[in-house]
Amino acid sequence: MNEPAIQIDNLQVRLADGRMLLRGVSVAVSPGEVHGLVGESGAGKSMIGKTILGTLPHGAVIQSGRIMFGGQDLMEMSFDKRRGLMGCDIALIPQDPLMSLNPVRRIRRQMIDLMRLRLGMDRSTALRRAIELLDQVSIHEPERVIDLYPHELSGGMRQRVLIAMAFAGKPRLIIADEPTTALDVTVQRTVLQVLRAMQQQHGSAVLFITHDLGLVAKLCRTMTVLHAGRVLEQGPTSEVISAPVHPYTRALLASTPRFDRPSSLLQPIPRSLADSLWLEARTWDHYVGASI
Amino acid sequence: MSGQALLRRLALVPVTLFGVALVVFVLLRIIPGDPILLMAGPGASAADLQSLRESFGLDKSIPLQFLLWLRDLFHGDLGRSISFRGDVVQVVVERMPPTLELVFIALMLAMTFGGALALLGSYFRGGKVEWIVDGIIALFQSVPDFLLALLLILLCTVVFSLLPGSGRIDPALQVDFKTQFYIFESLFTGRFDVLGGLLAHIALPSLALALPFASMIARVLKASLGDAEKQDYTAMARSRGYHESRILMVESLPNALIPAASLTGIQLTFLLAGTVLVERIFGYPGIGNLAMDAVSSRDLPLLQGIILAFAVLFVAVNLLSDLIVVALNPRLRNG
Amino acid sequence: MADITGANWFARRPRLVALPRFRLRLNARAAIGGSFVLLVCASALLARWLAPHPPLDQDLMNALVPPFWLDGGDISFPLGTDDLGRDILSRILYGARITMTIALLSAIVACIVGSMVGLVAGFYGGVVDQIVSRMIDTWVAFPPVLLAIVLSAMLGAGITSVVIAIAVVDWTRFARIIRAEAQVQAQMDYVAASHILGLRRAAIMMLEVLPNIMPLIVTLLTVEMGIAAVVESVLSFAGETVAGDYPTWGSMIAAGRGTIHHGWWLLVFPSVCLIATVLSFNLLGDGLRRLIDPVHR
Repeated sequence: MNEPAIQIDNLQVRLADGRMLLRGVSVAVSPGEVHGLVGESGAGKSMIGKTILGTLPHGAVIQSGRIMFGGQDLMEMSFDKRRGLMGCDIALIPQDPLMSLNPVRRIRRQMIDLMRLRLGMDRSTALRRAIELLDQVSIHEPERVIDLYPHELSGGMRQRVLIAMAFAGKPRLIIADEPTTALDVTVQRTVLQVLRAMQQQHGSAVLFITHDLGLVAKLCRTMTVLHAGRVLEQGPTSEVISAPVHPYTRALLASTPRFDRPSSLLQPIPRSLADSLWLEARTWDHYVGASI
Repeated sequence: MSGQALLRRLALVPVTLFGVALVVFVLLRIIPGDPILLMAGPGASAADLQSLRESFGLDKSIPLQFLLWLRDLFHGDLGRSISFRGDVVQVVVERMPPTLELVFIALMLAMTFGGALALLGSYFRGGKVEWIVDGIIALFQSVPDFLLALLLILLCTVVFSLLPGSGRIDPALQVDFKTQFYIFESLFTGRFDVLGGLLAHIALPSLALALPFASMIARVLKASLGDAEKQDYTAMARSRGYHESRILMVESLPNALIPAASLTGIQLTFLLAGTVLVERIFGYPGIGNLAMDAVSSRDLPLLQGIILAFAVLFVAVNLLSDLIVVALNPRLRNG
Repeated sequence: MADITGANWFARRPRLVALPRFRLRLNARAAIGGSFVLLVCASALLARWLAPHPPLDQDLMNALVPPFWLDGGDISFPLGTDDLGRDILSRILYGARITMTIALLSAIVACIVGSMVGLVAGFYGGVVDQIVSRMIDTWVAFPPVLLAIVLSAMLGAGITSVVIAIAVVDWTRFARIIRAEAQVQAQMDYVAASHILGLRRAAIMMLEVLPNIMPLIVTLLTVEMGIAAVVESVLSFAGETVAGDYPTWGSMIAAGRGTIHHGWWLLVFPSVCLIATVLSFNLLGDGLRRLIDPVHR
């Protein structure tokens, strides 16, 4: 099957105050593939996820572009049809596990609601599936955990619960928006292992949004480098990392602290490079994008 | 909350009540106007006045009076009412149930109306509906309950004879009630004809109390619903494709109820306090009405008893609302 | 994060009067509320020239005249007359004086007392806070309306006693909210920074924390004025008010109750004025709060 799980074509998104958020971004993710989306904070990576899900901030406008999913353009779809995809075919793994679970409802309620209302299961099937999923994400004693409230779980457990809920509907695409950023480093590893295991088991494509190049190197087969809402480099991870083309990518790789080399000074991204990239972006606004 | 915190809360109650009792006692002794004089009427001799004074214990010094009152209090005796010639406890207990019924119904009305307003305003946030809801809230927040009572009488009784504007029950009706809780009793014994009349009489007074309170509930709930909407779990629910109405009722509302219940509980005492004037205006035979009588006749023992009764109610209500907040918020339990 | 380096910090220290910060870009609520409040104040001040008749003038020949647009109405008594022939409009205008005076004075007194107590309790914490909290709890256990009536019965007639009664009953509203806010502020970095720089606690409280709380105080103050206006009307309704038959909106409403069947205008017009005034105080307070919120937190 050569049709991509999701294909974003020339996406241009503008904020309410006129600033461009995404300047003609194109990304394609093959079915079952883990695609890394890297960039600094504010580069627009989270925004891509939000555009797909339809949760852009108030007043943000999608100027042009298509998002092809399952042969249809998400931008052209009716609101209800799109809502129908959410939770089932497209799922989100959020950044902050604490507040992403409703604090006054037990895990059991939240998971069963998802199974019954969005995935059409009956109560007993839903419960069985919920416990099965919790087991798959390596949660110890799932029958006991399921009756707890979110604040009674540890951060890593919560994130794993969210991962379980994301995979519940065997989605074609998962958007993982910096899923480990809010976790301790020791916990990160467990969560990522779980994520990879679930992904391989269910065969979902994953759009893995992060600012950590190391994670991308480990998990993602293909990757995109984003800066100021533009794609600077794209391709198989192994190639991009071993032989980067764009000077920004090179600088990004060079700035990653390494323990396997003799110690040297940290290499920040050169000011001149950053500045010229911003100027390029504004030029793009001028000639291609913004219709202010 | 943990058992320890609860015990600490309960331990404060007698302290508070003692403080209230003390202040009330002293305060009332300083009011100008001699109750004995008022009671005895003109033309009473000095000897009569003196003997009356003695029988009510008003000839002793203030600290002594207080100690005596306290001692009697522990025996369940609040003294004798000067204007009613009966035990204060008896009078108070007799007039409490009508007020309790009134407050209960007003509270139910307020929660329903206020809750509905808040939910409507939140679901249609940003549109004209929300603007209207805000307007209704602002309007009723600005109308004091006694004024609303008068205007309701004007509208529903004088101009359009819809509902009775005074009393608790049709005076022509001869019914034997066992308790003072007329409404609940007629409900449980199935006397629906009587119940109809009772409800008609309680409609306007409870509306007068309920509507301003409802607007307060609506304001607070709408604000906390707005906060809940901005949270991550709401965004997550949207990303799962749930319908907006479900998100409002199942995700936002249970969370929003927590601060709303807390703030409402604090304000509940104002609802109780409003009964004083509203009952007066409607001639409703409750404790508020009694209080006004007591003030004008300077009936000190009765007034003390009433204020103490109010204080007990207030404290009970505060405690109750704290417990409700704990019930709503799992994070406050032994976790 | 507070900038605690010496020079900048001192230059940017908050002034005691923090108001002119937001360039009078008032929002709709504050504008509407504020203008109506000013309107009422103006009417009160200019009552002598605006009122068609002296408010105490009885004219029994013209008792219970309906408003001018109804049958039997008379344009010289625009809103009708009461049962003693006194012009309603004039009485409303003069009544506005009492209402506004008492509203302003009692709100200010309650504000000062409540805010200071709350500020000290919240900022210092510890034993002081415990005592104040117990006091507030006890205070709150009293039925407010009843307490006000009893107090003003005690203190006799007159503006002072009404102001005191209202302030005594309602200062706890300020105290609670300001106390909570002071507790929050006391945890902030700028307080710690001032402490390190050697300021005494009292000085920090007055010179640093108070100006930051000032916008909140102002908002509460405007709302309190509305509440005070209501309590004043309650008091005069219950018969405990300023002396004589000087018209107050509350006593007019009380009188209106007696003529509810044959003279609805005695009740309705003062009521409408009272509601509108309280509404505008509330709008003003709400508008101010919206202006402050982004700055505040």
